[in-house]
Amino acid sequence: MMRKVAIIGIGETKIGELWESSLRDLGIQAGLEAIRDAGITGEEIDKIYIGNMSAGRLINQELIAPLIADYVGLCETPSVRIEAGGASGGVALAEGYMAVASGMSDIVVVGGAEKMTDVGDEEARNILCSTADREWESVFGATFDSLYAMMARYHMEVHGTTREQMAHVAVKNHYNGARNPNAQFRREIAPEMVLNAPPVSTPLGVFDCAPLSDGAAAVILCPGEMAESYNGKPVRLLGFGMGGDHIAVHDRREMDTMRSTSLAAEKAFCMSGKEPGDMDFAEVHDNYTISEIMAIEDLGFFAKGQGGPATLRGDTALDSKISVNTSGGLKAKGQPVGAVGINQAVEAVSQLRGKAGDRQVKDAEFGLTHNLGGTGGCAVVHIYGRWE
Amino acid sequence: MKTKTKVGIRGYGGYVPGFRITPREIGAVWGKDGEMMGAALGIRGKSVPAPDEDVVTISTRAARWALERSGLNGDRIGAIYVGSESHPYAVKPTSTMVGAAIGATPHMTAADYEFACKAGTAAIQTCMGLVASGMIENGIAIGADTSQGAPGDALEYSASAGGAAFVIGGERLLAEIKYTTSMTTDTPDFWRREGQTYPSHGGRFTGQPAYFKHVMGCTSKMMDELGMEPSDFAHAVFHQPNGKFPMNAAKKLGFSREQMETGLLVTRIGNTYSGAVPLGLAAILDIAEPGDNILVTSYGSGAGSDGFYIEASKNIVKVREDGVPSIQEVLRDERHIGYAEYAKYRDKIRKGG
Amino acid sequence: MSIPRFWREIRQRYKGIGVECGNCGRVFFPPRSICPDCRRESLGKMNEREIVGKGKVITYTEVHEPMPDFRMQAPYTMVMVEMDEGVRMTGQLVDFEPEKVGYGMEVEAVLRKLGEESPSGIIYYGYKFRPCP
Repeated sequence: MMRKVAIIGIGETKIGELWESSLRDLGIQAGLEAIRDAGITGEEIDKIYIGNMSAGRLINQELIAPLIADYVGLCETPSVRIEAGGASGGVALAEGYMAVASGMSDIVVVGGAEKMTDVGDEEARNILCSTADREWESVFGATFDSLYAMMARYHMEVHGTTREQMAHVAVKNHYNGARNPNAQFRREIAPEMVLNAPPVSTPLGVFDCAPLSDGAAAVILCPGEMAESYNGKPVRLLGFGMGGDHIAVHDRREMDTMRSTSLAAEKAFCMSGKEPGDMDFAEVHDNYTISEIMAIEDLGFFAKGQGGPATLRGDTALDSKISVNTSGGLKAKGQPVGAVGINQAVEAVSQLRGKAGDRQVKDAEFGLTHNLGGTGGCAVVHIYGRWE
Repeated sequence: MKTKTKVGIRGYGGYVPGFRITPREIGAVWGKDGEMMGAALGIRGKSVPAPDEDVVTISTRAARWALERSGLNGDRIGAIYVGSESHPYAVKPTSTMVGAAIGATPHMTAADYEFACKAGTAAIQTCMGLVASGMIENGIAIGADTSQGAPGDALEYSASAGGAAFVIGGERLLAEIKYTTSMTTDTPDFWRREGQTYPSHGGRFTGQPAYFKHVMGCTSKMMDELGMEPSDFAHAVFHQPNGKFPMNAAKKLGFSREQMETGLLVTRIGNTYSGAVPLGLAAILDIAEPGDNILVTSYGSGAGSDGFYIEASKNIVKVREDGVPSIQEVLRDERHIGYAEYAKYRDKIRKGG
Repeated sequence: MSIPRFWREIRQRYKGIGVECGNCGRVFFPPRSICPDCRRESLGKMNEREIVGKGKVITYTEVHEPMPDFRMQAPYTMVMVEMDEGVRMTGQLVDFEPEKVGYGMEVEAVLRKLGEESPSGIIYYGYKFRPCP
């Protein structure tokens, strides 16, 4: 019999170009904040999971989980790094969930950390592209941006999705990001800015793409029956699902759908006994504007092809049909790649605690996070509920 | 030189990169009257390879078409020789890469040739020998270049890119190579030292004692040996470093403008070096009638000429319906660029990092 | 990309050698040893199959922020092509007129330079696409 799981503490660094901070600095800051928030002591921690995409290439450092554990004063605590590209954080959270639910561990710290700016921008983008198929996509000139751009073009062709609809993803997420103290971009933008921005990979322009950022986040998990014995206000982690697909975009039968997302969502909804209509908010993987449009369709919030029009209508804005990316999303909050899934969990907990400040969704009861690896080669969805 | 058994061209194909730059554009950068320079050289424009094109890619495209016309699979090719003075590697053969790309490897022999602009015809002679001796059934001979002239040098107006490939065999010939003659001397008219980016030349010395002596000497000797006259040939093609040299040589030898015009591509695409005579010959094969006699004389600095007497067979007409583009069709793909793009594509911009 | 890593795939990159599932007939490029549809039934039956190199564009993009090896060509165009054999491939589009790029554009594979290790290093070649004449 699986145990129920609660999140009892959260911690998060600011996200952005954090020149003064190293990867270990970021990990320590987020981890200590989460431990303080939960009100636990270091001795109570049974296991540490850390989501990270590519410390090996970005800072030439492997074995980063023991490294960060060491510097938070827990060098003897078992720790492991989880890599699933952009979904590293979300998959680490799923691993933490299983450790607690199974009874193997009681108190688990799940962190995510990425230091993107110790290499140049071109190199950082090249490293991110390692989560696509290096041998049969990028060797031939495909950038990470270009693969999403080709999906965008296909979506536009098949469903009539427009640049303007895509622009409104960025506009909405900047609006939300402006209300998040930890966001990298805290300013609102107009649709014209998105539409007139220099091209990155057509039809995607600069404002269609999330930045590559430094940052870290952490959450503390414990069994549901223990949740009320700690200081931190608990939030229920109701279930999760993971899905996979061909790693190369050209191998997928459908290019307008992320099959990994719909598979992950199906499993997560089944496990939690919830439906898309129960969700008050969703943090989705908007590394590009088109990604959010595909995600809100594949997660079941809107029919295929309706993601663009729904966004333009404002159905995904704060306190509308479904509040999507209240944190600002990857677009405005920032994209510390391997940490993203944990940043999303931090936002979900903030919303369900009623502590999301100016971006609080009214009476938020249930929420979802959606974290994507590569160009959709893997996806993980978590479902959260308010503590009653 | 006559082979003991019948040898000839079983398939052929030529490729010229699509970018073009005019002498006017080049002259403007160096404060010269480019149009006058172009008129003096008899060149209206020259082909420029894209930054992702080189002798390997040009040779492969030409070889694939040649193979398609021959009706053979790559595994039927016993030898590949690529003649060029701009092989992408100083050490590492072009011919192995072409062999892999057309599926001819591993059971074949291969080597790269260099003899300035006549390395391609030297490759044809080698394949003829191997086929006629029975050592191989079919071989591929390629002449291709992406030649460079030093910025501001007279060569910059003409040095261009292109190449052609020939499947040389003994059966199902499109054209029989009935005779070949060579003339070779030690003549220092044009060279490039190891490690140097651009070639050097002897200016006007490249004319009379070099080009004309060998092209005319070789052609006259071959016609003497054959007992033939200029009027016995429907078409003739000579090496064409510019538009003037081959026409002057033709006039002195007694060939008419009509005999020359099909094979004279230099006016449109510049000097394709090792590709020049092979491309000219390919353009002639595109329109030749069965029974037409074709005279070919290449020239390579250093110096030497290879002459060929070729007769088109009845098969020549059939291959025109196989979908492989003719040289004229290939040349239709033209995109004009300015000197800035040219400098970028030809790696003449100093880059950081 | 290291020398052995590139060398290993030369037949695929130069000549488009893929495989066909002996069980269901589906063609794959690059080669796979197991058909994702037939799995166990396909073991040992994935037979070599050359992708001839003709196909139609199904989506495309003009890249303005290039991969390092493609800097001198930026902006350049990437396409996804559905080959006549049914398999899809990603590659660069070359020798085209920009206004003619679009869905269903017929293209053929050609061998071009993909990049190089360094000015003194190995040169990588592979397929790109260009409009059919």
